[in-house]
Amino acid sequence: MAESHGEAKGQKAGAHTEADGGHHGGAFPPFDSSNFASQLVSLAIAFVALYLIVSRIALPRVGGTIDARQNKIEGDLAEAQKLKDESDAALKAYETELANARANAQAIGNETREKLNAASEAERKALEEKLAAKLVDAEKQIATTRTNAMSNVRGIAADAAGAIVQQLAGVTPDATTVNSAVDASLKG
Amino acid sequence: MKIDPIHQFNIEPLFTLGHIGNHTIAFTNSSLFMLIAVLLIALLMLASGRDLVPGRLQSVAEISYEFVATTIRSTAGSEGMKFFPLIFSLFMFLCVSNLVGVIPYTFTIASHLIVTAALALLVFFTVLIYGIYKNGLKFFSIFVPHGVPVYILPLVMFIEILSFFLRPVSHSVRLFANMLAGHIALKVFAGFVAMLGFSLGALGWFGGVLPLALTVALYALELLVAFLQAYVFAILTCIYLNDAIHPGH
Repeated sequence: MAESHGEAKGQKAGAHTEADGGHHGGAFPPFDSSNFASQLVSLAIAFVALYLIVSRIALPRVGGTIDARQNKIEGDLAEAQKLKDESDAALKAYETELANARANAQAIGNETREKLNAASEAERKALEEKLAAKLVDAEKQIATTRTNAMSNVRGIAADAAGAIVQQLAGVTPDATTVNSAVDASLKG
Repeated sequence: MKIDPIHQFNIEPLFTLGHIGNHTIAFTNSSLFMLIAVLLIALLMLASGRDLVPGRLQSVAEISYEFVATTIRSTAGSEGMKFFPLIFSLFMFLCVSNLVGVIPYTFTIASHLIVTAALALLVFFTVLIYGIYKNGLKFFSIFVPHGVPVYILPLVMFIEILSFFLRPVSHSVRLFANMLAGHIALKVFAGFVAMLGFSLGALGWFGGVLPLALTVALYALELLVAFLQAYVFAILTCIYLNDAIHPGH
């Protein structure tokens, strides 16, 4: 019934329909109280059903999925952080190790160099001492030889002086005189 | 061709369920669309997957969940999460039924004041009962704002109490009137197109372009309003519940 009333009214301008509906008490469906009971009952049933579905099943389900994802993401991030820390630590250990090895190599090199230096120094010193000793010996020998040679020279000079005097004067000079004369001339 | 923008709001009994007193309880087109809304929500929330990387349907379900949860937390604090199922049900019920309602030849549940009033009263009594249950008489301190001079306090209290009891009215009428007016406007403008086309011949075909464009624009607006009014209803519910949870503020 209400429907046919509404359609009949529809022919008039739209602005009047609400007022017209009011007059007929039921022609304007939203204010037709004969429908209220049906609507309230179906709303109550539908909304209670929806509330139960939502609160018992739907929200725990979707919330659980979201939480699980959140946990998974957090777990993965923590895992990644842990791995990163581990690799950082490994890198640090490697660098420390490398620095140590470098320092060790440096130390060994220095030690070897010092050892070798010391050895060669010692060798050089020994050699020098030997050479110095030899030099001293040689010098001694030279001095002896020279002294000998010098004494020979004196003898030769005295002999030569005696022979010369004998040739010139025809007398054989006294050996002591010749010697003192030679000495005097050698000194002069 | 006649325009009957009211016809779409008619309640048509499909079959009779029973009688309460002298009221006939019928399964109506309104009941049918309530059922459709409930089924669509159940389908969305239950049939979507539970994958780590969500698909489209699952994303929609999770976005709805997060959206409502964020709204509650930002307006009523984390204690408001007690009412998460209620607010989620309200929001989804209104949002889905409003969006279904803008499809031509469907019925919009929220275009009937009795439905929005029932939902608004549900919220009103939830706030009232929970507020008194949780805070005792302290709940009534929401009527006494801080820092108001004593000589105007009675007036302010009167206004606060009045506005508190008018909440269900504004809460329900806002939603109802928006849905009703939007659908009437859509129907009127869409009716103009047909009326011009059938009555004025070739000229009418050109004349119909303007109302058609308006209908398209209005339809887009109605889609927005359908979502927005459901959101407004839900966020007002949160704000009212916040009074029950934290009456001191």
